[in-house]
Amino acid sequence: MSFRQASVLPGFGLTFGFTTFFLSAMVLLPLAAMVLAAGSMHWHEFVHVVFSTRALDSYRLSFGASFLAAAINLVFGFIIAWTLVRYEFPGRKLIDALIDMPFAMPTAVSGIALTTVFAQSGWIGRFLEPLGIKVAYTWLGVTLALTLISMPFTVRAVQPALLEVQHDLEDAAETLGAGRFYVFRRIILPTVLPALLTGFTLSFARAVGEYGSVIFIAGNLPMKTEITPLLIVIHLEQFDYQGAAALGFVMLVMSFTVLFAINLLQAWGRRRQLRAANS
Amino acid sequence: MSTGARVPPADALRPGQHTWRHAIVRWLFISVSLTFLAAVLLAPLATVFVMAFAHGVEAYARVFADPDTVAAIRLTLLTAAVVVPVNTVFGLSAAWAIAKFEFRGKSVLVTLIDLPLAISPVIAGMLFVLLFGLHGWFGVWLLEHGVSIIFALPGIMLATMFVTFPYVARELIPLMHQLGNDEEEAAITLGAGGWLTFFRVTLPKVRWGLVYGMVLCNARAMGEFGAVSVVSGHIRGLTNTMPLHIEILYNEYNFVGAFAVASLLTLLAVLTLGVKTLVERTGYRGH
Repeated sequence: MSFRQASVLPGFGLTFGFTTFFLSAMVLLPLAAMVLAAGSMHWHEFVHVVFSTRALDSYRLSFGASFLAAAINLVFGFIIAWTLVRYEFPGRKLIDALIDMPFAMPTAVSGIALTTVFAQSGWIGRFLEPLGIKVAYTWLGVTLALTLISMPFTVRAVQPALLEVQHDLEDAAETLGAGRFYVFRRIILPTVLPALLTGFTLSFARAVGEYGSVIFIAGNLPMKTEITPLLIVIHLEQFDYQGAAALGFVMLVMSFTVLFAINLLQAWGRRRQLRAANS
Repeated sequence: MSTGARVPPADALRPGQHTWRHAIVRWLFISVSLTFLAAVLLAPLATVFVMAFAHGVEAYARVFADPDTVAAIRLTLLTAAVVVPVNTVFGLSAAWAIAKFEFRGKSVLVTLIDLPLAISPVIAGMLFVLLFGLHGWFGVWLLEHGVSIIFALPGIMLATMFVTFPYVARELIPLMHQLGNDEEEAAITLGAGGWLTFFRVTLPKVRWGLVYGMVLCNARAMGEFGAVSVVSGHIRGLTNTMPLHIEILYNEYNFVGAFAVASLLTLLAVLTLGVKTLVERTGYRGH
């Protein structure tokens, strides 16, 4: 097989050449710079930066809060997608359009607005304060910001999957006496599970790297409410480029590992489903 | 992306299910959804405008008389005016190569194009500091030749270009692929040149996808915070974009100022969603 199949259309050389050149210059070269900067450190220096208590605490917050946010979105994203697909109510179309708001909204705007709403004197914060729940300037606030900015991923992943659930199967099952929960577990969940996992993955990946919305609500106390991207910025501000590159490298490796693991899980789920369908 | 729009809601189609249990579940789902969205989406959205107008229209208007604010708005517009066209040319080129031809390693190329979406904006900004910063690869050379990229306009544009890199390509590749090559092949066979075919056949075919991609690219370019924050140096009136200006005003407890600038970007976001809804109504569907 040759590099490409023959076609009557012109312009492959031009467009392919420009695309790969621009991609290399804009994305691949800068990434190589980071890997080399991290790689040029002494081994014990690298370990010192990457495994310092402050760095470890920041990973725990960044990855923990992102995981929690993705999990929250798994539940609420499913409920919202279900509501939008299955029910008719006034304002449904408007709400459907508004779901993408966190994507369109600049993160700094989301950050200052969320902080204001959930601060002690804010619209919602003032009701949580007497209950002893502090959101702004705690890990809860970090999780909340990450939940907001990654919310559309799950909803948009699950909506098309829910449309594919076969109503006649549901109706048949109910006619035959299956309970609502049984129908959900055996018919609805298997159909939307891959979409839910995709939504979870995308939410998590976006949340781990998020900076703008978090730094306003986090309070940014070292070892407590300091996310890894902020720690990178702090290293850069002290002109410690290598330390920043090392942390960035660790972040990329960790998020790619998580994404890879979830992809494996998904492939395993598909195989299991196929086997179940064939037997 | 919106999928609920053209399909009639299921509960209108299915008779015999309006039992009290269904009614309770329905009520529960709708109220949980609305409460969640009201708390995390609508309340922050409303806050932006309430805070911006907290001291009246005059105080709001005064924010935009400040030269630093005007400079920030001008810088943001300038950045978007450069970044969006460049990424549009790239997106068109990538979509033509990937959707119109079969070649080895195509999936690798598609994955690499999406890569910036998986990278933290802060890391994106850092990449350019590592290349062009004072202690970076080209730092000394740039200093000797008197070119500043980091803490200057070129750095802001490069970082913005990186984070918005995939937006147009992502919309166009699946769309061009789905629409197929038949018309283009007919045009070429009948003797039209490559450019003529592109401008008269392909471009009209994909125009809504193109508009959608450009609008998304523009929204992200104007709103980008993390990547730009790393390379900008935060020099007032000089290298401050609108999102960075919001941060400075907010940290100075100038809430009217911060939320007034934020209200402009919020309007931009609402406009972006409006265009998206319109484009979807033309029949073009995102993925």
